[in-house]
Amino acid sequence: MKITFDFEKPLAEIEGQIEKVKQVEEKNKLDMSATIAELEAKLHEAQKEIYQNLTGWQKVQISRHPERPYTLQYLELMCDDFIELHGDRTVGDDKAIIGGWGTMNGQTAMFIGHQKGRNTKERQYRNFGMANPEGYRKALRLMKMAEKFNKPIITLIDTPGAYPGLEAEERGQGEAIARNLLEMAVLKVPIICVIIGEGASGGALGIGIGDKVMMLDNSWYSVISPENCSTILFKTWEQKERAAEMLKLTSTEMLKNKLIDGVIKEPLGGAHQDPVAMAATLKKQLLKDLKALSERNIDELVTERIDKFCSMGVVEE
Amino acid sequence: MAWFKREDKGIITTTQEKKEAPDGIWNKCPNCKKPLHYSEQVENQYVCHYCGFHLRIGSKEYFSVLFDDNQFTELFADLHSGDPLHFTDTKKYSDRLTETKTKTGLTDAIRAGVGKINGQDIVIACMDFNFIGGSMGSVVGEKIARSIDYSIKHKVPFLMISKSGGARMMEAAFSLMQMAKTSAKLALLAQARIPYISLLTDPTTGGVTASYAMLGDINIAEPGALIGFAGPRVIKETIKKDLPKGFQTAEFVQEHGFLDFIVDRREMKEKLASFLKMLAPYGVQEPVAEKEADNS
Ligand SMILES: [Zn+2]
Repeated sequence: MKITFDFEKPLAEIEGQIEKVKQVEEKNKLDMSATIAELEAKLHEAQKEIYQNLTGWQKVQISRHPERPYTLQYLELMCDDFIELHGDRTVGDDKAIIGGWGTMNGQTAMFIGHQKGRNTKERQYRNFGMANPEGYRKALRLMKMAEKFNKPIITLIDTPGAYPGLEAEERGQGEAIARNLLEMAVLKVPIICVIIGEGASGGALGIGIGDKVMMLDNSWYSVISPENCSTILFKTWEQKERAAEMLKLTSTEMLKNKLIDGVIKEPLGGAHQDPVAMAATLKKQLLKDLKALSERNIDELVTERIDKFCSMGVVEE
Repeated sequence: MAWFKREDKGIITTTQEKKEAPDGIWNKCPNCKKPLHYSEQVENQYVCHYCGFHLRIGSKEYFSVLFDDNQFTELFADLHSGDPLHFTDTKKYSDRLTETKTKTGLTDAIRAGVGKINGQDIVIACMDFNFIGGSMGSVVGEKIARSIDYSIKHKVPFLMISKSGGARMMEAAFSLMQMAKTSAKLALLAQARIPYISLLTDPTTGGVTASYAMLGDINIAEPGALIGFAGPRVIKETIKKDLPKGFQTAEFVQEHGFLDFIVDRREMKEKLASFLKMLAPYGVQEPVAEKEADNS
């Protein structure tokens, strides 16, 4: 297991103990298998205890793990073939949102997703997964192409937010996101959206209108990040854990509030512990949903899509 | 998310009006600082007659400016916010709602009404900034959605007057999904070929800009209004540079191609009426050419 966070420290301790016992066993040619088995059982219990009771903030931390799989890695692991397409045909090519045609088990879909970087250089190149308006407009162009050729759309969402920059404002960040919300509501092909990491606000929703919207277990989705929420409410970042609880941003809570349609299980400890297994799980789920959605009448599907989003919200009268 | 940082200058609250109006009240123009008598403000559509500054007003004032003889039927007046997340920051959200309702005499950050504008039917939904910074919660989304339904059903044009800091944090993801809800309804309004006018007033930012405010057949604004997606402070912190003068004003947004025109509040009613008259009748006929194109 990769140990990264403070809340995982107890696991490191037990793993250390197991390692020591194994060394003793090796060195002294003793049979210590009983002790090892006992410790391994203890480790397993501790893992379950920790990973099944993650707080909102702990899940936020996992969602941002530097080795968490990003969109392109999923595509590499899930697709037989992928052809990336670039540009919004107006301003340029946004590197924070990627897209293109891909096939899974021979089935074609338009894949669109936020893309983050692994190292400093890459992170800058990808603008930390924060798209400019041309990213959303590229996404819309590709989605319209999918509609034209009657192919389903799959979006993978992972962003700390749409980029709050000067040029982004000049080029209409608000309009770009708004346009996608409107167009995606009525696109006449099935749309599946999966929040694979961070789902921050309009920047996430801008490619997040679908017939089936799911979250990976340790992703988060809300109107604001816990840090920014804490800053606004309490004038300090320190209350981010409390903010994370208050925002009810985990996959479990989002499902409970009927704001998403499903949760996809991650490998124990998070997607970064086993990207291959994670991609396999995701692929299986996507293929299942693609099949189910492809059997639906598209006009009914669009009506249901609209009705679903229109039923969200809690009002009293 | 700028609701928290609202500036109180220039807002004429309904409470103020109730308590201190109608007579003997003088407000200072927030721009030129000259005294404005209350009756003069009303007469001049809440625009400073010295410098042309557009005072921040609420739904009550906009309705009086736009509806013929201030006659309209209020729609969906009984919608109230729930507290689905049992949100508590410095105070409980439920308490904040109750207090704000008492203080403002409003039920939430939006009111909707149907009436006439120079004799032509129109549905107007208008946001109230003094209700938790005009933030968009479930009631705002739902009232807009139902207003659009009403517009479609009765083939009446829809005017949305935005004035909001963006999402309502206390409703978290529920608030976020109001962007999806309103935009989806606007797609249906567009399919029904009913005109949608989006009027952006000071300020319109965040999730409101990233949904219904930017989706009009025409997007128009009042002079000088702050309009943007990200708030100026956030942008400044992100790019670590000072922002150019006039950044995110209505004039700036128009110059970059996102507004059809900027309209003085005193001329707004006439201009809207002319626009609607040119488009009438709406929601009736389907253009033949497009129908054929759909079938090809
Ligand atoms: Zn003045």
